[in-house]
Amino acid sequence: MGSSAQHTLDAQALRAEFPILASPRPGGGEVHYLDSAATSQKPQRVLDAMDAYYRETNANVHRGVYEMAAEATERFEAGRDAVARLVNHPREATVFTKNATEAINLVAWAWGIRELREGDEVLVTLMEHHSNTVPWQIVAGITGATVRFCPVTPGGELDMDAMHEMIGPRTRMVAVVHVSNTLGTINPVEEIVAMAHEAGALTMVDATQSVPHMPVDAAAIGSDFLAFTGHKMCGPTGIGVLAAAPGRLEAMEPFLGGGEMISDVTTEGSSWNDIPWKFEAGTPPIAEAVGLGEAVTFLEGIGMDTIRAHEKTTARQMLDALDEVPGLTVFGPRDVERRGASVSFSLDGVHPHDIGQFLDSKGVCVRAGHHCTKPLMRHLGVQSTARASAYLYTTTDDILALRDALIECREWFGAA
Amino acid sequence: MGGLDDLYQQLILDHYRNRRGRGRIEGASASVHEHNPVCGDECYLDILVVDGRIADIKADGDGCSISQAAASMLTEVAQGKELDDALELVEHFRLMMHGEAEPDEDLLGDAVALEGVAKYPVRVKCALLSWLALRDCIADYRETVATGG
Ligand SMILES: Cc1ncc(COP(=O)(O)O)c(C=O)c1O
Repeated sequence: MGSSAQHTLDAQALRAEFPILASPRPGGGEVHYLDSAATSQKPQRVLDAMDAYYRETNANVHRGVYEMAAEATERFEAGRDAVARLVNHPREATVFTKNATEAINLVAWAWGIRELREGDEVLVTLMEHHSNTVPWQIVAGITGATVRFCPVTPGGELDMDAMHEMIGPRTRMVAVVHVSNTLGTINPVEEIVAMAHEAGALTMVDATQSVPHMPVDAAAIGSDFLAFTGHKMCGPTGIGVLAAAPGRLEAMEPFLGGGEMISDVTTEGSSWNDIPWKFEAGTPPIAEAVGLGEAVTFLEGIGMDTIRAHEKTTARQMLDALDEVPGLTVFGPRDVERRGASVSFSLDGVHPHDIGQFLDSKGVCVRAGHHCTKPLMRHLGVQSTARASAYLYTTTDDILALRDALIECREWFGAA
Repeated sequence: MGGLDDLYQQLILDHYRNRRGRGRIEGASASVHEHNPVCGDECYLDILVVDGRIADIKADGDGCSISQAAASMLTEVAQGKELDDALELVEHFRLMMHGEAEPDEDLLGDAVALEGVAKYPVRVKCALLSWLALRDCIADYRETVATGG
């Protein structure tokens, strides 16, 4: 992987591997898909891998003694090997969940409900996705713990001085997003994890927007928990990942109970399977794990550092292009070293909904709304923003289409 | 761009750019505050009821062109209506937005221009926000009157 460091990526050529991007939409016309922060498109080989699984070896995993069941189990567990390898993490501490949201809820319920007490604090940030806020609020409501919010600077970065002050002896958990889905900000998670650990708190890093886009080394980050989701990294929906620090999962009680997660069940009680299966109750997302494994192999083939380099270039182009649109305000950092390629903006006199609708008529797909970050929206003093987000298949052409459509949009609504 | 012209008729853009009936009513008979959880848009609706009629109606808040134009059109067409007639008007508009009624232009006034919105399910909520606020506002008013408020 290291040898690919300075390769540049040919986004135009890569598009041929994505059916949705390669062929025109039913109504005709090209699609400029700039909503990969919501979900990424899927390459043909991921679809093929899932299809082949169903056609060739469909069987339940970890159960049958027949060959097909063994083959299904092998393909499923190979998916786990792939995601574990991608983030440099031991496979047995890599749990499959339904999505990132469930991975965070798993920790909030399996750990939080048992460990949090009145007076304890969970520290999140104002730029968290609702999935790293609401589970903690629910669990705090039950346990009597308090959820506190680390503020965000006017430049759209975490206020690290405040973070320093807010982490104290009462802090039991620090839950922070690695890359903000709304602002694009890359947060200094290694530093935050070190601060939290020094205070004796655990850490949850929401790596949903980093793992698809840049090299992420779970061991180097050192957090107790790291969560991400399959569908934003060229994989299918219905599968997410929780990577836990060694020892954490062994010490925790299960989250969901049922088949697969037990070692023994008697009328008196039950005992638990080994990790990671202790946290995978019921039939897991098998085809999804196969698809995600294929997606990881696809990403590794390009190289995560190559993808990151492409997105830095793309973010720069996007910021420059947006600067050419009169009346447009970008939220979040300008320095591409400190941000990913998700860019939120507002356009004077045009509501984000109308931006989204107008751009759609030009074949440009952007997201309009609060992006599941309502506390951040309130902090920015807006109800919603428009957001354009790039990925490995985003081309200069996409960005120019965005710019041109925005300029036209402003004229159309008479804001010019 | 046929689709876009259909959605954003000139009349809609005109109401969006020059909103009628915007603001709050001092000493209103009833007020409601509604919001659209999808986009966070907000609507404040106030009515002044005199002799069973809407003597004044104002809508405030921020939102997209569709929600703002719909609010503007509502204030025009609901002005002076008896409460039951206003409820009937809201119901007719609601059915039109769900594609379940042929628009009656005499009843709807400018709001007939919103017919095209029905084809965009995510935008239907935007158009309905202020109209359903009026329905709630009238219900609130009647409850207050009934409980001797
Ligand atoms: C930063 C961040 N965290 C968590 C999530 C939740 O992902 P999922 O809906 O797949 O659980 C998202 C996706 O919307 C996200 O952007």
